[in-house]
Amino acid sequence: MYDFNYKRASSVDDATASVAEADEGKFVAGGMTLLPTLKQRLAQPSDLVDLADLGDLVGITVNDSTVTIGAMTPHAVVNASADVQKAIPALAKLAGLIGDPMVRNRGTIGGSISNNDPAADYPSAVVGLGATVHTNKREIAGDDFFVGLFETALEEDELVTKVVFPVPDKAAYMKFPNPASRYAIVGTFVSQGPQGTRVAVTGAGSHVFRQSDMEAALEANFASEAVENIKQDDSDLNTDIHASAEYRAHLVTIMAKRAVAEANG
Amino acid sequence: MSGAKMETPMTTTTVSMTVNGKQVSADVENRTLLVQYLRESLGLTGTHVGCDTSQCGACTIYVNGLPIKSCTMLARQADGAEVTTIEGLADGDTLHPMQEAFRENHALQCGFCTPGMVMSAIGIVERNKDSLDEKTVRHELEGNFCRCTGYHNIVKAILAAHKEMTA
Repeated sequence: MYDFNYKRASSVDDATASVAEADEGKFVAGGMTLLPTLKQRLAQPSDLVDLADLGDLVGITVNDSTVTIGAMTPHAVVNASADVQKAIPALAKLAGLIGDPMVRNRGTIGGSISNNDPAADYPSAVVGLGATVHTNKREIAGDDFFVGLFETALEEDELVTKVVFPVPDKAAYMKFPNPASRYAIVGTFVSQGPQGTRVAVTGAGSHVFRQSDMEAALEANFASEAVENIKQDDSDLNTDIHASAEYRAHLVTIMAKRAVAEANG
Repeated sequence: MSGAKMETPMTTTTVSMTVNGKQVSADVENRTLLVQYLRESLGLTGTHVGCDTSQCGACTIYVNGLPIKSCTMLARQADGAEVTTIEGLADGDTLHPMQEAFRENHALQCGFCTPGMVMSAIGIVERNKDSLDEKTVRHELEGNFCRCTGYHNIVKAILAAHKEMTA
């Protein structure tokens, strides 16, 4: 790992100002992706600004229509929250599918979506439920937040503070995980509710995307038969040692079908 | 080895924390990992580095009451924390119930993964105090690799320790 300056931010303003002032500043939340990246010397930030002391960014609030998760809330807390399990069980389940128990004790929702790994789980929930991402500067619709490979709508010194998920009528997440890393080779999040009918796919492309053919079919008939014959175009999908684009396209349909079945309980 | 950043002398900072009940401190670079701090600065070599990519779990320790992977945390991130390593579990000559269960059930072969397995296993019992079955144990061991593939006795040991620890 290259050396860097390190500081613990005392407030959101302190954190964003510190990153703005640095040559190349980076926020560190749980560090579950950033630290492995630094160890491999794939990044060389001049400054790490640690968000660990920002207790205001930790916590879950649930009401009849929304589930709000603070950016620094670890996956293990979301997974174990009785309130989230009741309001959006698919979201609690998704949090429990990330990494392993030790990773889930450190990794956070804010870190996950800000990093926007193409195979991360949370982006599929943000888009699949039509959530809104709140930052220190503005509110960003989930549909506009993820813009490319490891790329989001965030500015350099902009920090995610919380994510607000509308409570759906029904929702489910199914993923085909890489057996070693647990990252999604393909993960499909489906929902129906106040944000319409949504099918969000992670792991398959450069970043999470909505599968509009499946959404239209499910709008007419929210049943697994409605999607089982819809083929995903594989021309823009990822190919790596774990799966070809063609195989990932196949998995999109299978995961969507299983997710709809689970959502219908 | 080119570029201005590489020529900058490394700065060190004193990092203090409570490890196994004792207040400790040592000077580290900002990039020093918590596991390096434990092994190299404090000489606590019971915590192992297996993969160094946060997959194998050999470096699992407790920080502020939760199991984490110490190869994927900076020493500076643990400044002021309460840390428990494998060395801090036994009470004198009396092993922790999880260590005793590993011994009784022969839950190790080469022993390299064992410290991380034991720490992670305590987390499994703590998360599942009311009831724990074999399927749950196997699932929640997903972050710990035993390359001797000796999982069977590890699972038996954790179930036995669960009985002991929740009796």
